Amino acid sequence: MPGLEDLYREIILDHYRNPRNRGELETPPAISTDGHNPLCGDEITLYMLVEDGVVSEIKTNGQGCSISQSSASMMTQAIRGRTLAEAEALIHHFKHMMSIEDHHHDDPGDTPALGDLEALQGVVKFPVRIKCAVLPWNTLSQALESA
Amino acid sequence: MFDLARIRNDFPHLQRSIEGSPVVYLDSANTSQKPTAVIEAMQQFTKQSYAPINRSAYRMAAAATDAYENARLLVANFINAGSPDEVVFTKNATESLNLFAHGWSRQRLQQGDVVVLTHMEHHANIVPWQMMAAERGIDIRWIPLTDDGRLDLSDLDNIVDGAAVVSFTSMSNVLGTMNPVREIVDRSHAAGATVMVDACQSVPHAVTDVQAMGADLIAFSGHKMLGPSGIGVLWGRSDILDQLPPLMGGGNMIDDVRLDTFSCAPVPAKFEAGTPPIIEAIGLGAAVQYLSSIGMAEIRQHEMELTQYALDTLTERFGSDIVIHGPRNIEERGGVLSFAFRDLHPHDVSQVLDEKNVCVRAGHHCAKPLMRIIEANATVRASLYLYNDTNDVDILANALTSADDIFGL
Repeated sequence: MPGLEDLYREIILDHYRNPRNRGELETPPAISTDGHNPLCGDEITLYMLVEDGVVSEIKTNGQGCSISQSSASMMTQAIRGRTLAEAEALIHHFKHMMSIEDHHHDDPGDTPALGDLEALQGVVKFPVRIKCAVLPWNTLSQALESA
Repeated sequence: MFDLARIRNDFPHLQRSIEGSPVVYLDSANTSQKPTAVIEAMQQFTKQSYAPINRSAYRMAAAATDAYENARLLVANFINAGSPDEVVFTKNATESLNLFAHGWSRQRLQQGDVVVLTHMEHHANIVPWQMMAAERGIDIRWIPLTDDGRLDLSDLDNIVDGAAVVSFTSMSNVLGTMNPVREIVDRSHAAGATVMVDACQSVPHAVTDVQAMGADLIAFSGHKMLGPSGIGVLWGRSDILDQLPPLMGGGNMIDDVRLDTFSCAPVPAKFEAGTPPIIEAIGLGAAVQYLSSIGMAEIRQHEMELTQYALDTLTERFGSDIVIHGPRNIEERGGVLSFAFRDLHPHDVSQVLDEKNVCVRAGHHCAKPLMRIIEANATVRASLYLYNDTNDVDILANALTSADDIFGL
């Protein structure tokens, strides 16, 4: 059995204790999208402001476990300042890391690095928790569709 | 006599150890482990006696039919039903609740008729009625909660006034609260309502006497009471079951079928379309025999003592770091302990406990309206049964302290 240290890496706990970009944005001009996990009740509201094809501001609110909350926190850091296309690419990259999606090898050079998000790699060893890590990203997918 | 060591020995799954630590199973409100007696009864029936029931004429088929009907008789006796014909085998309590909600609504209820539920219901006793509310225009009224997680009955007579149906749980799967069933049944009957009790959480843990309860129907699941998954029970008074239409049509449930019409078989066959869960019925029969051999009053007594021990241990160990939901009075609650631990999310608590082989449920427990009312997104739930002991509670408490190491609180 994989150890808990694979799951609860220090950087994850740091984002959990001190979530970045937490809060709300005024809608409009920002858009808001709700995501939830019907199995466990985790909830997230994602606020995103898109200007000239770039995610200029992104914030999240909600309740959930350390994995979903830290994933949301790290996601906002990774997405802020990215173009919509880069954001899409990051979603695929992340879901590939979570082993729930095949990688899109369009042009690996264009895919932004996951950075801190690499710390969530250990989640794959705990299949029940993958849905926790992916919740913010699915919510981002929905937000991008309406952006 | 209640011999805990012997009881624990009857459950193969509890003998297992994972990576050198014993399995501490505290998720019986979800589903229970199975004693050897149940496992072997099902195996033996499958190996030596399996055959169709109520159809073929050969001796083996007749014997299988007898075994299936004997399981019905055992369940009837277990709940003190007036007749085995009042016991309908379903898939689970959810199907039993749906069978009544759908059938009764379509047969008897019209726009504006009132169905009363409570704020502590499982989704299985909410969603079927919401489906019928949308289809038939039924109004749903709710019995609210007190601050300590009991039903607030102060306005009950007004709430049930004019209601066609009152359907409520005998015991909350989140709060552990055991409701005053007879009182609610009597006051609902006085208002002219038909009364259904979701007895899923209480039948496995305490004496059930449907005649003393006074309800018109009750629902429960086999898998929570040491039986297999795939079988549940709808018990109903015969005059109610006679009026309730079947939900499914098919083989076994008919008296006659012509090209333009059909007529139903008598109760309970009317509700048992298709080949039923035969092996599972044998298993449920063995489960109620096993429970009866120990004694439901003795099981309730054991769980009251263990629940008190758990409440005391967790409160002494963690003080204000743990918030346990539901009534404090042990007479008013079963062995279901839902709690919040520090500011940790229940998933994270459950993950840490899993590391020590402690099996608990974390989440909303299929009671989201209740969770919103108690303002909890999720809880950790440890639930006790006849095979749990004080050592299980101690291991739970020790495992909770290890959350400190990881989350550094």
